[in-house]
Amino acid sequence: MAEVSVIEAVHETLDEVLAADERVFLLGEDLEAGGVFRATDGLSAKYPGRVLDAPLAESSIIGITIGAAHYGQRPIAEIQFADFIHAGFDQLCSEASRWSWRTRGEQYLPMVVRTPWGGGVHGGQHHSQSIEAYYAHMPGIKVVAPSFPADYRSLLKAAIADPNPVLFLEHKRTYRLIRQEVDGAPAEDRIGKSRITRRGDDLTVFAYGLMLHESLAAAEELAGEGIECTVVDLLTLNPLDRETILEAARATGKVLIVHEDTLTGGLGGELAGIIAEHAFEDLDAPIRRLAGPDIPPIPFHEVMETAFMPDRTKIAAAARDLAAY
Amino acid sequence: MATVTMPQLGESVTEGTVLQWLKQPGDTVALDEPLCEIETEKVAAELPSPFEGTLGEILVPEGETVEVDAPLCTIEEVAVSVPPEPVAASAAVAEPAANGTDAPSPAADNSRADVYSPVVQRLAAKHDIDLAAIAGSGRGGRVTRKDVQALIDEREREAAAADGIPAAAAPLPLPDGEVVPTPDVATVAASDAYDVVPLSATRRKIGENMARSTAEAPQAWMMVEADVSGLVDLRSRERERFVGVDLTYLPYFASTVAHTLTDFPELNARWHGDELRRYRRVNLGIAIATERGLVVPVVPNARDLSVAGLARRIDDLVARAHAGKLRIEDMEAGTFTVNNTGAFGSIASNPIVNHPQIGIVTMERVVRRPVVVEGDAIAIRSMMNIALSFDHRALDGAEAGAFLAALKERLEALG
Repeated sequence: MAEVSVIEAVHETLDEVLAADERVFLLGEDLEAGGVFRATDGLSAKYPGRVLDAPLAESSIIGITIGAAHYGQRPIAEIQFADFIHAGFDQLCSEASRWSWRTRGEQYLPMVVRTPWGGGVHGGQHHSQSIEAYYAHMPGIKVVAPSFPADYRSLLKAAIADPNPVLFLEHKRTYRLIRQEVDGAPAEDRIGKSRITRRGDDLTVFAYGLMLHESLAAAEELAGEGIECTVVDLLTLNPLDRETILEAARATGKVLIVHEDTLTGGLGGELAGIIAEHAFEDLDAPIRRLAGPDIPPIPFHEVMETAFMPDRTKIAAAARDLAAY
Repeated sequence: MATVTMPQLGESVTEGTVLQWLKQPGDTVALDEPLCEIETEKVAAELPSPFEGTLGEILVPEGETVEVDAPLCTIEEVAVSVPPEPVAASAAVAEPAANGTDAPSPAADNSRADVYSPVVQRLAAKHDIDLAAIAGSGRGGRVTRKDVQALIDEREREAAAADGIPAAAAPLPLPDGEVVPTPDVATVAASDAYDVVPLSATRRKIGENMARSTAEAPQAWMMVEADVSGLVDLRSRERERFVGVDLTYLPYFASTVAHTLTDFPELNARWHGDELRRYRRVNLGIAIATERGLVVPVVPNARDLSVAGLARRIDDLVARAHAGKLRIEDMEAGTFTVNNTGAFGSIASNPIVNHPQIGIVTMERVVRRPVVVEGDAIAIRSMMNIALSFDHRALDGAEAGAFLAALKERLEALG
């Protein structure tokens, strides 16, 4: 039994799939040197010619990935910071997402785009953003955002095995913060499932990434006050696991959705829509969203960033209020 | 004796004028009933009486202006004029406030006591709960899901406790062997915990038969699903032309069962103690639900009748069953039973064998739904479940399964 961090889980999985499948190669900025977060540390020497540096051109990185997937490779692109992925938006959303539809299911694009996202690292406006909502909106792109190292292992493997384009989001604040005992081979996991990680009957909290950990911490604190939370780790943001989402919402009738992405047009709106549409008769309170405020840049200054980001204190306050409703 | 004073009608108001007295000394005055009209520089208003009683003395004549808080009149109060302090209510809201909520709720804030969430309304309707009678624990006295659920749980506990009371008819043995006398019917009827429904002869008979069948016959159950799209078309075509009675699915089903039983005589049988009697004729019992209870009249020699003949025969039995005019001979010598449970909307049921017969089939509701058909395509078909309970002493699953498979094949071939 070994304890691994999120970044170790990612590194180990990339190593494993490179060893297992000749068609797998990695493409991204500074990958040969190990990448800015060390996700590819040592892999370029171990797999010569299969860990490739790319110029600072995200559209090109994703475009090359699409082309390689067309030719039967299993490419894994890394966008150094999710903030820069929008340069490749057109490649992902106008090309990759619809290839199997355009070919009537005859061709698939087995490609993965990995990218670190999220705030809490004093990264400022270009190294802290949440970009998931833009891509989760796009049918044809699967969006995965795990929270625990074990899920990084199993879902990254599942993403590489998936015949469709998968955007694999790695929360950079959790890279070295979150550690977990993992044992043996990664679980056989599949994309599209959420998990109820904690059960309580007062309210249900939905979160992913760093916010999942903050929600669990808040739930622990609230339990000491007699408020019991159900906490759902969404894991996959597109397609959403409606069954688990509705089950968890119905269990308490009070729903709190947490994301650090800004409120308007964020994933919380879609979750709230699904719950309002299908679990209306089980609701005991208005659905509540706790999200980043609607301002474009995430602040750099520590005080300002703390004010911007939801955290365990804000989650607990919102949960208390909802429990008392 | 209480004194009514000039109110402050507005922030900066310091005095007011009595325009007109609406009550005179000796008049009875209800709480909030207008005493007089007063006027200030900002507003004119009626002054509602803060007390209930009899107007004593008028201290300020009409047209006179006095300062705020000056006495206007006296009232002889009636004994119960002071509303009691809402002690219980303020105690009830003290708890959530102490529970860490930041809402500084004033005593007895019931401003949201009549706001009911969807789940609260649904649970209340389902469990017949009077929401107005619940003291809500939510903000503003709102009734929460957990409040309603607590009441439902409590009721269930009470019901379970009530069920635990020994039935009146069963004498309760005491440890020393004494027997508590069974209460007589009058005592039981006087109980307010339940109503006593005397058993009709039919109900008693059904009860005996069911208990006997369950106790004596070890019953097994299986179910198959049939695509009856052909039957649905056939019946809708023939129904239009059919005269006299409404053509239902039941005659088709009865006919198919009767013919299939010809090939499976092991199911067209009765269990008689130490022997099994296989019958040469199919006397088909038809289960009919009536106001008096379930009856199972028999169509003798059902295999000899056409679908049209069965339709008329069953229609006659149903009519007479509802009218209570079935004869003894209608009820005898059944060899197998058909139950049209689909008529109640059921899609799967587990019938009890009509002892001493050894088999009973149910035809469940015909539902249109997508199914996988040949060539890996999906089509909308009319599907029906057929469930069979059988006396496992008389035959085994393999024979029962073969019978169901044959029945399914015949049904699917219709139309």
